[in-house]
This record gives sequence, C-alpha cells and structure tokens, in this order.
Amino acid sequence: MPARILKPEEYYIKTEPYYQAIGDEIAVFESAYRKKLPVLLKGPTGCGKTRFMEHMAWRLGKPLITVSCHDDLTASDLVGRFLINGGETVWVDGPLARAVRAGGICYLDEIVEARKDTMVVIHPLADDRRVLPMEKVGELLQAPDDFCLTISYNPGYQSVLKDLKQSTRQRFVALEFDYPAEDVETDIIVKETGISHELAAKLIKFAHMTRNLKGNGLEEGASTRLLVHAAKLISDDVTPITACHSAIAQALTDDAEMLAAIDELSSSLF
Amino acid sequence: MQTTPVKKTPLSAAQIRQLLDDCLEVEFSFLRTDTAVTILAGLERAEQDYILTWVQRVASTNIQLAYQFITRAVNALDNMDRRMIESWALYAMDTYDQAGLHKALAIIRNLDDFVRLYHQKTAGAVYEENASVLLHFARGLSGRRLQLQESSLTYTDSETIYLPAVVSLLDTPQENFLVYKAMVAYHWAQARFGTFHLQLGSILDEQPEAENFLSLFHALDTVRLDAILQRELPGLARHMRRIKQQLQQTPSASFLQLANELVRPRSTVDDVLRLTRRYLHKLDPPSPCFYQGVLQPQEVEECRQQRLQKEKRQFRSVLRKLVEELKGLDIDEQKHHRFETRPKHRHYEMPDELELTLDGQAVPLPDNVKGLITSIVQDLGEIPAEYLQPAGAGEYQPDIFGEKNPDPDDVWKGTYHEKGAFLYKEWDFRRQHYRKNWCAVREKEIQPVYDTFIGKTLNKYQGLIKHLRKTFEAMRDEDRMLKRQVQGDDVDIDALVEALADAHDGREMSDRLFTRMHRSERNIAVIFMVDMSGSTKGWINEAERESLLLLAEALETLGDRYAIYGFSGMARKRCEIYRIKEFAQAYNEEVKARINGITPQDYTRMGFAIRHLCHILNQVDARTRILITLSDGKPDDYDNYRGEYGIEDTRRALIEARRDGIHPYCITIDKEAREYLPHMYGAAAYTVIDDVRQLPLKVADIYRRLTT
Repeated sequence: MPARILKPEEYYIKTEPYYQAIGDEIAVFESAYRKKLPVLLKGPTGCGKTRFMEHMAWRLGKPLITVSCHDDLTASDLVGRFLINGGETVWVDGPLARAVRAGGICYLDEIVEARKDTMVVIHPLADDRRVLPMEKVGELLQAPDDFCLTISYNPGYQSVLKDLKQSTRQRFVALEFDYPAEDVETDIIVKETGISHELAAKLIKFAHMTRNLKGNGLEEGASTRLLVHAAKLISDDVTPITACHSAIAQALTDDAEMLAAIDELSSSLF
Repeated sequence: MQTTPVKKTPLSAAQIRQLLDDCLEVEFSFLRTDTAVTILAGLERAEQDYILTWVQRVASTNIQLAYQFITRAVNALDNMDRRMIESWALYAMDTYDQAGLHKALAIIRNLDDFVRLYHQKTAGAVYEENASVLLHFARGLSGRRLQLQESSLTYTDSETIYLPAVVSLLDTPQENFLVYKAMVAYHWAQARFGTFHLQLGSILDEQPEAENFLSLFHALDTVRLDAILQRELPGLARHMRRIKQQLQQTPSASFLQLANELVRPRSTVDDVLRLTRRYLHKLDPPSPCFYQGVLQPQEVEECRQQRLQKEKRQFRSVLRKLVEELKGLDIDEQKHHRFETRPKHRHYEMPDELELTLDGQAVPLPDNVKGLITSIVQDLGEIPAEYLQPAGAGEYQPDIFGEKNPDPDDVWKGTYHEKGAFLYKEWDFRRQHYRKNWCAVREKEIQPVYDTFIGKTLNKYQGLIKHLRKTFEAMRDEDRMLKRQVQGDDVDIDALVEALADAHDGREMSDRLFTRMHRSERNIAVIFMVDMSGSTKGWINEAERESLLLLAEALETLGDRYAIYGFSGMARKRCEIYRIKEFAQAYNEEVKARINGITPQDYTRMGFAIRHLCHILNQVDARTRILITLSDGKPDDYDNYRGEYGIEDTRRALIEARRDGIHPYCITIDKEAREYLPHMYGAAAYTVIDDVRQLPLKVADIYRRLTT
C-alpha cells in the first residue's frame, strides 16, 4: 500500500480506534467540547492519552491535528510564518492556525516540552475569547464553534522547569489518566493484540513489577503501550522473555544492572 | 616500528638476593630468603620479574606479609596461575587493611584454603557482584520494600533478606546465581504471603520439642510457599524444581501427599500450623532444600514490633498532613472528618491495594505513603481503625520519613565504629591497587559565625562586587538572534534584499534568508572544595573566606548552581567534609555566616574529599560539572599520606572524577605547586596565585574564564 498524503486538517479518523474507558472521561470530554472548553490530559507516558484523543476525534467526527511539542518548538511553529517563494514572501499557516480555520481538534502533546513563549500564544485561544492572534500578519483568527484545543502533560517528571504554569493550567478542564486496573489492562492487551488472556495477565504482572521499581532506579514503570508492543511481538511468535527484554526492558533503561534485574523478573514469570 | 622482544637474561641468585634484601629490609628484619632465592634463580626472567614486583607491592604494605608471601609463592608456582597469585596477594593485603596482620598472615599461610575459595568463587556466584541485580529483583516483586544483606545464615527478618557471601552449590556462576534468586524469591514469599502472621516465637515457647516443631513447620510452609511461587513466578519455580531434583532434595511422595492441602490457592499459614500440630512426631520433615535457609522467629518478632509502632506513628502523621493539605484546616477541626479505606481493585492473592478516602472521597497518595500502606497491610491484613485517627498536636512530627541522622560528633564518644560514615577507597601507588573502604568520611556542620567580617568584606570590595556582578550578568543565558539561517521564525530582510539583488544580477540566490532565536543555555553545576587544613591559618583563611563571599555574590547574579564544602582530616578514619552551602540551599545570611565560620582544622587529605564531592556532583543533573579546589599546599596527612602517596592518590581521585565527566580545577597559593600540580591536574587545569591578597580578585575571574 503506498503512503497516503493528507493535509493535516483532512486527517479524519474513519474507523473506531479501540479505547477502553476507565471512568467518565468520554462524557466529560464531550460536554467540554459542546461547551467550547479546552481540555488538559494529565497522566504518565503510554497510558492512553493519545489513543483517547483519536477515539474522541472519531466519535465527534472532526479532524485531529496533533503537534508533538519539543524543546525547540516556538510560537511560529504553531501559528505560522512567512516563507519566501520566488522573491515574494508568502504566509504559511502553522498547524494550530490550520486547526482553528478548519474547526478541528488540535492536540498539543507534551505541552511542557515546548518553549515558554508558545504557552502565551494558546492563552487567548484557551479562554472564552477563543481567538488566535497572528501578530505577524496583523490578524486575529476567531475560532469556529467546532474547534477544540487539547493539551497533554505528564506531571511525573517533577522538574521545576517542566511544570505547567498556573496561568495556563487554570484555563483547562482537566482529565486525569493513569494505568488502568489489572483486569481492564488485561482486556486492552487481549483486544489490541489477540494474545491469550493468561499471557496478557502475566504481562500485566510483569508491568506491575517494573512499576514497583519506579523511583528505585527506574524513572517510569512499563506503560500500557509497551505492554502492547511486547504482546504484539509475542503474538508473532517471539518468546515472551525475549519480547519483554526487547520491547519493555530495553525501552525502560540503559543501566546494565537494572536491565539484568528486569530480565530476571521476566524470566521468573514466564 | 616493531621491536622484536628481547629475551632478557635471568637475574642471578646474588642479584635476586640483593633485591629481596632491599625490599624486605633484611638488614633489620633478619629474614632468611635463601630458599626463595634458590628457586627464583632457576626461573625465567619474566617469571622472576613478576614475582619480585608482587613482593615489592606486598612489602609496601607489610614486610612480614611479603616475606611469608615469597616463601609460599615460590613453592606454589606450579599449581597457581598468575591471576590466582595476584588475587591471593590482593586478598591478603585487603585483609591486612581491614583486620590486621594476624588475619592477613593466616591467609598467606593457608594457601590451600585460598585455592579452594578461589575455585569456589570462580565457579560460584558471589554476593557482592550480584547484590544490586538481586536487590532490584527483590524490589520489583510486590509488597514491602526489602533490603538485602550478606550473612552467614540465610533467613529474613521480614524487612531484610540475609544471604550467604558465596554460593557454589552448582557448577557454573549462572546456575549459582539462580540459587541466589531462588533464595530471594522464597524469603520474599515468606514475608509477603503471611508466614510471619503467626507469633511463631510464642507458639514455640509452648512446645516441649521446639526444634522438631520448627523444622516440621518450616518444611510444611515451604510446600505452601512453593505452590505460591509456582503461581506467582512460574518461570523461576521451574528452575527451582529442576535444581531440587538435581540436588535430590525433592521431598518424598508420602510427605507431599500429606501436605497436599497446602498447595491449594486459599491455604494460609494457619493451615500450616494445624498440619504441623497434627503430624508432629508422626512425620519426619524432609531435609531442608537449598533455598529455604532457616527461620528466626525471634528476630522477625522484634523487627515486626518495631515496625508496627513506627508505621502506626508515621501513618497517623501522614493523615494529619493530608487533612491539613486537603482542607486547609486547623488541628481542632479535624475531628469531624473520617478517613476510611476501601480496596482499590481485585488483586491476586492479597488485597493490599487500598484506597484511602476522606469523607467518602478518594485521596491522592504520594508514593512513599503507598509503600507505607502496603507494608501495614502486609503485617495486619488491613488498616485498623485506630490507625485512621490523624495524629494529635503533641504527636506531630514534621519529618516523618526522614530517618534522623546521628550527630557525626557522637561517634567519637564511646568506642569507635564506622557507622554512619561514607567509606571511600584510596589508591596505594606502591601496591598499584586500591585500599578498599579505607577512608571513613563524615559530613559535618559548620557553626555559623555572625560578626562584622561579612559587612566589612562586602564594603571593602564594594567596587569589585559591582564589577563582578556586571561581568557575570553578561554571561547569563540570553536569547541570541541568529541571522541568515536556512530556517527560522522570521524573514531576515537584509538577507532577502541581498538575495533578491543577487537574483536580479543573475547570480545564485542564497537560501539563508531567515532569523532564528537561539537560546544558549548555561547548565552548570559547580562545587567549591575549600582547604580547611591547619596550614591555612591566618592570611590564607581570611583570603579564602573573602573569595568565597565575593564569588557567591557574583554567582547569585549568574544563576549557576553551586555548592561549597570544606575539607580536612586527621588520618584515614577521621576524614571530614564540612557543609557550607549545599546545592539546594539558598544563599542567605546563614550561608554567609557559615562561610565566615570556616576555621582551620587539621590536615590536607585530598583524595577522599574529591571522591565524596564527585559523588555529590554526580547526583546533580547538569551538562557541565565542575569541581574547583581552593588549596594552600600539597596533600598531606598523618599515616603516610605524605609526599608521593598523597599526590598519587589525589591524582587517581582526579582521574576518576574526569572519567565521570567532571572537570576538576585547582586554585592554589602554594608557590611550589608548579612541581606537582601538572602531574595531578594536568598542565591546563590549575592556577597558582603568588600573592594571597590576590585570591579574592582572582577566583571570580578564573571562574568566569573557566565557564565561558
């Protein structure tokens, strides 16, 4: 299958992405959407924030424009910039401006990673004004009713530099995500990858072991996403111990002793 | 260019005798080296050199030891390879360091014992090498956070698992590691799955034949725990079964038959007790299997009692803190609020995932509190009602989780022990090896001194401070506008105009048409290591204090993270690090007063200070880490830390620091320093200041040059 080329605002999700609701997050998001409130997703990495957004985009039938923020992401990367084309300057919209124009869902992933000045750009968009100032062209972009701004943030890093400012966070409706309870997580693994229930349960147990090590040499325990990766390898006939080593242990740490210990844990289980 | 190895002619007996006489100081010690000389004279030159070097290295530690070494080594040459001789000599020297000549000589004399131990260690698994993997393994398993410790007995007191120093039950290190792993898992299961829910100590007291009772109980409980391990850790259980069969430790079928009900998932330790009572005298317990170790009911009970009290206190203090945080209430109003617990979700085997609620609403818990709850539930099966009462005013302890560190001065009262000290190795250049755990290092407080010194200094250098602030301010991170970039936020109009003109002339148009903001981030952590030896008394001390004050003033404007520590010591067992300013501390009046409180102490032992401060620096997350030493002379201390030894150890510590990515730098006022500093720090990494009074002026300047 050749790769398809899409404009960001044409990225509609046609088939339902599998998402297992844990609480009332779907209802809350829908009502925030209706009431034109921006949403903040909190939670550790790989617990389903991005999947949730895809699911909601499908549910609401809106295009989803995702921006993964990094520490060099500036305001112009979001809003847009002038480019030069044949001696003329041409304005090109950034992803945020495109999302506003198209009335889509703009999802700024890991917002705290971005530079501080980007935060300020989203402020007028995140309160009841719902406008995006485009200083360089001297325009204000008024968001249509079906535009929605969502940001995500991982409070676990606990670094002063990577904290979300009160002036930002107090503009959002917040939804908290965490790793799902064991039985739910087992269901997710089974549904996503088709491995047996028993194997999935063992993987979950293994995940809990790595989560026990959080703060004892690991920054984070194994996320649901990593478990899905491992389970996919297992369903393709990789042995569970190898799958845990490649998909989970190596992804969690580079420390040789920690790797050895995690391998010992997985070999104890399987 | 390739050189062909020239086979050197062997040393003659006379030459060897001369060498041995020198290094064993035969003139005074009257040791007889005849046999050794005869045997050595018959060897190849390479062998001779090898043995003689090791004799010299051992002799640098102790002459008697070296003498015994050479007399035994020459006879054992045939059955020992070089690696073995080396580790034999090092082991003896380490023992000498730790336990004295007598023990070390015993090691040299009992060569056979050593050979056996050596083989055991090469084929076996050694605790020391595997400890950190095993510890991570133990902590990954659920439940209370366990500690591991080396011991002659294998058992657990429910908080610490004690393991043997070497396991050599099986043929390969890998297999022997599995034995360790099985031991850890089994004892984890004991603590985790309720073996200690019984007050085993008091039950035993009622038994006329306590020993029989205990061994039957232990055997039956092992059946139960094996079944649990089979369910919890099937992969490991498979290995455990296999090794058991290999060692022929599988219990008889009849025993397993009678104990069969313990294999069921719901069986508890009460069932084990019941069966023990029923079958006492009727059933012989199978001999203990390789991982089960022993039961120490007394220690478990003591440990548990202490823990119960401690955790109850901690838990109630936590609740009180929670109430204050969540409701912003004063102490009196707490009474109306009710804490309750409810199970969070279905959990295998044990319901220890509890959720804490306040007035029906779930309370978010920090990780350490979760650990506390897990530990309490593991002991009691629930959080009892009396735990759910927040601590009252009198019981409040602000520092709930911080274990109180003993005052470092206290260890000097009464008999000496190394408790609470950091132990660091030290390089012995004669031995060409480290002395393990050689320096006992303690961190101590400096008494702040409030007098007029600070005001005077700040006044005296008013102009300089202003100047420094300005220069340092200019070094702060700033966004710089980069012009003529291929990509960027804005169009660079100048570049564009030029490019258009170029295009107009028919030349190629540049694609560097944008401006971009670039942030150059200073990400520096620096520790100042200040010499507080007795020789700094007077001028130097004052200059040091002034320099630190000026530097701190300047650094505050710069925003680099910095810490200041003093060091001094008297012999290896009293190495002292003085906290003046830690990284997390703000620069305030107290820090100023502590800088003022820097007073000359004892000697200049530098290796330990570098090692300890590097240890601190390594925990700081920064792109550039710098260790700057302010010193007045070369390393010097009692017990041989003079001259070459001290210089070589300091050099070695600096090499270790560089290996960890730390940049060491030395500022000294010792005029002779040019002789030894290049050897220690490398040619570029030091400054010698000729005039003490220049120190305050120079230090900040050097720092500026160093970091830009």
